[in-house]
Amino acid sequence: MPHDHHDHDHDHDHHHHGLSPSGHPYRQDDDAPLTYWQRMEIAVRELLIEKGVTTAAEVAAQIDLMDSRSPANGAAVVARAWTDPAFKERLLQNAGDASREMGFDIGPLHLIAVENTAETHNLIVCTLCSCYPRNLLGLPPDWYKTRAYRSRAVREPRAVLAEFGVELPDSTTIRVHDSTADMRYIVLPARPAGTEDLREAELAAWVTRDSMIGTGLPRAPQNATQGG
Amino acid sequence: MGGDEAGPVPKEGHDFALWEKRVDALMVLCSSKGHFTVDGLRRALEDMGEDAFEKHSYYERWIAAVNQNLIEGGVYTLEELATRMEAVAQRGTTYGEATHDRADHRHG
Amino acid sequence: MAERVRVRTLMPPGHVRAPAYLRGKTGIIERALGEFGNPEQLAYGLPAERKPLYRVRFTMAELWGDRAERPEDTLDAEIYAHWLEEVPDHAP
Repeated sequence: MPHDHHDHDHDHDHHHHGLSPSGHPYRQDDDAPLTYWQRMEIAVRELLIEKGVTTAAEVAAQIDLMDSRSPANGAAVVARAWTDPAFKERLLQNAGDASREMGFDIGPLHLIAVENTAETHNLIVCTLCSCYPRNLLGLPPDWYKTRAYRSRAVREPRAVLAEFGVELPDSTTIRVHDSTADMRYIVLPARPAGTEDLREAELAAWVTRDSMIGTGLPRAPQNATQGG
Repeated sequence: MGGDEAGPVPKEGHDFALWEKRVDALMVLCSSKGHFTVDGLRRALEDMGEDAFEKHSYYERWIAAVNQNLIEGGVYTLEELATRMEAVAQRGTTYGEATHDRADHRHG
Repeated sequence: MAERVRVRTLMPPGHVRAPAYLRGKTGIIERALGEFGNPEQLAYGLPAERKPLYRVRFTMAELWGDRAERPEDTLDAEIYAHWLEEVPDHAP
């Protein structure tokens, strides 16, 4: 259902194309009662435009840029790492440069990829706010920003993973990363068994957003019910 | 916050409303233009205290933090903000009505 | 040999970048990350000195004692040098 703009000049408004990147319709907020914070957003934006800090077009372009970023970008990077060992090494050395190599405009982000192996499973959290590799993966899911996730991921990661349907053997060490400073982390999940015959473009479809945060595992051909 | 006890992680998500995307865009643009840093945003969020987390949604807290940093940075005054927020309220009772505004007619 | 460090147990008000749950805890330096502007100054719009940043690795046993799910699980966090003090190798 397209987002229903009122019939006035909205050349500079962000044009919705019907569905948000998650595949759901945009929330219809135009008809809900105007809140204090929405008034603040409008006021701040207008003042910034009037003061020459930004323009309506620039704001719209930034929204479009953020919309273009999604877990599909990260999945493409992961799929390449799975099929190209030299790329994987470059990714693990400097994930920002490796992502840019694939044409993703991640800006000045300091991006670090951490690799899941049979021995080690990585989990990403930001306890101080909710930092996330947004310039590659897009905006973080709501749960990532909750107090529950941010408090418990550093203390009881296995219990949190169990809530996400991930059970790891005791022989696997969990390594939690708290993004306290300027680095942003993306998990390079382990390539699932049964994918040996798949090409890079096909592999990307098995890489879920949650597997790149560490709260999920990639989907696998013989285990297609695994969510994430 | 890290290490505190808490309940189950709520999984339900929501799709972003336009005003939320605009908050995010303003945050990115103003920080990239040097008006504040992510550290300033974190600090403003922390200063809001624990109960802000309970009472206000993520983007409500973030527009508050962006605004706080912009006022501290002298980009506009509290009076200008207050006056404009009042003017916005007079435009109508929905977000759609309130965004029908002069800014749409500026060029550039 | 990885260097052992302890996060200082200071409890100032305001914006600090060492999370409270790590203060007083001992870990090892996993790697040096270079120098960055001190976020505790940037947070207040002040000019920031460049400070060395380290990734420090803690065991869950160190952080949570008996309540650790699995003592050998680890947590990595980025901590600025001014929040760290060296721990002699054979300290108690």
